[in-house]
Amino acid sequence: MGKLFSKENCEVFSNPLNLNNPIAVQVLGICSALAVTSQLEPAIVMGLSVTVITAFSNVIISLIRKTIPNRIRIIVQLVVVAALVTIVSQILKAFAYDVSVQLSVYVGLIITNCILMGRLEAFAMMNGPWESFLDGIGNGLGYALILVIVGFVRELLGFGTLLGFQIVPDFCYEHGYMNNGMMTMPAMSLIIVGCVIWAHRSINKEEK
Amino acid sequence: MAKKFICSQCGQTFEAASMPDKCPICGADASKITEVKSKGINTNGNVYTFVYATVMVVIVAFLLAFVASALKPMQDANVARDKKNQILTSLNVTGLKGDAIDKKYAEVITEELQEQGGTVYVATVNGVTKYVLPVKGRGLWGGLWGYISVDEDKQHVYGTYFDHESETAGLGARIKERWFQEQFNGKPIFDETGEVVLTVVKKGQSKAETEIDGVTGATLTSNGVGAMVTEGLKQYKEFLNK
Repeated sequence: MGKLFSKENCEVFSNPLNLNNPIAVQVLGICSALAVTSQLEPAIVMGLSVTVITAFSNVIISLIRKTIPNRIRIIVQLVVVAALVTIVSQILKAFAYDVSVQLSVYVGLIITNCILMGRLEAFAMMNGPWESFLDGIGNGLGYALILVIVGFVRELLGFGTLLGFQIVPDFCYEHGYMNNGMMTMPAMSLIIVGCVIWAHRSINKEEK
Repeated sequence: MAKKFICSQCGQTFEAASMPDKCPICGADASKITEVKSKGINTNGNVYTFVYATVMVVIVAFLLAFVASALKPMQDANVARDKKNQILTSLNVTGLKGDAIDKKYAEVITEELQEQGGTVYVATVNGVTKYVLPVKGRGLWGGLWGYISVDEDKQHVYGTYFDHESETAGLGARIKERWFQEQFNGKPIFDETGEVVLTVVKKGQSKAETEIDGVTGATLTSNGVGAMVTEGLKQYKEFLNK
């Protein structure tokens, strides 16, 4: 067990959460961060799905990395990810129909997520399965973290609710408070992501 | 055939016909140079690449086909049950799960009529007859569908259910939420001249009783629902006027 959770492996897991965050530092996966963050719930669902899929596709690619022909490696990675996502969604459709209906919108977004391809290409092709698994989980959670922050701000200011529950009390509306319709637009999530990156960089200035 | 060598002084690899006297890159002695024995198959060859791609595609295709056909019966059962649940939801019967849906459906839906415009489901809710009309339309990204239930006099909406293929999560996808669907409850379908006028308009701009508030930030999806409701109900006009 000592080796499994060695210092290097812990860093592989924790780096993407903060110092090497896929969205804030590598600026990957921005497109899906726009699409699903207008409310908190889809943001959480998307974050968790990407975490699971990144981890497992990382493991699979890492296991077969020595056999993959260099020239078609991107295609091989894509096939593995697409097959994995399709199989998972089929299984969910058969055994957890409600979840699959909720996730159906995200399936396409997960397959084409740049974080997946980025991690497969940059990490899983060169490292063993266990490290790749940790790297996948870490990057997925780092991605989910930003999505949740953006989703939180957008749902709170755009709809006055969180996870569907009303947060802004009625008397605020009676006194002229209005939900910010801009927040529901995709463009606002770019601005919020920008603010998150700004905050993140000024906090971590010295460490870089 | 050229052999591969590695020099331990500069770390470079190079190719030569036989063991050279010194490293062609840094000039180190032959003692520093060792031959690199190629292990297994050359993974960069054309043949290997083709075979690899073919085998991979065949394996994945079989895997997907196997999973899809093995799970098909269960998925079909789920889809059929979901359709029943959607019809029940349009009759404002919600919150059921699993077998309870099938049971309630058998209890509520008494008949299926083939009318001009499509199948009409005849339902009995709390002893009162209602009619459920399936409708189809187009959203922003993909198809929309829904069920509209009308009162026995066929003049007012009793309840609705809308669903979508791929509308944007958090925006267009909100047409699936109950607060949007419940806005239709009790609304009249026709205007004074007997035309179908029930539709959806931008939020905050509804004036007449037949105009329903759309979803903020999802104008195109809301328009799609409006068109679906108006056009869909028009198709059933003959039935509704009967």
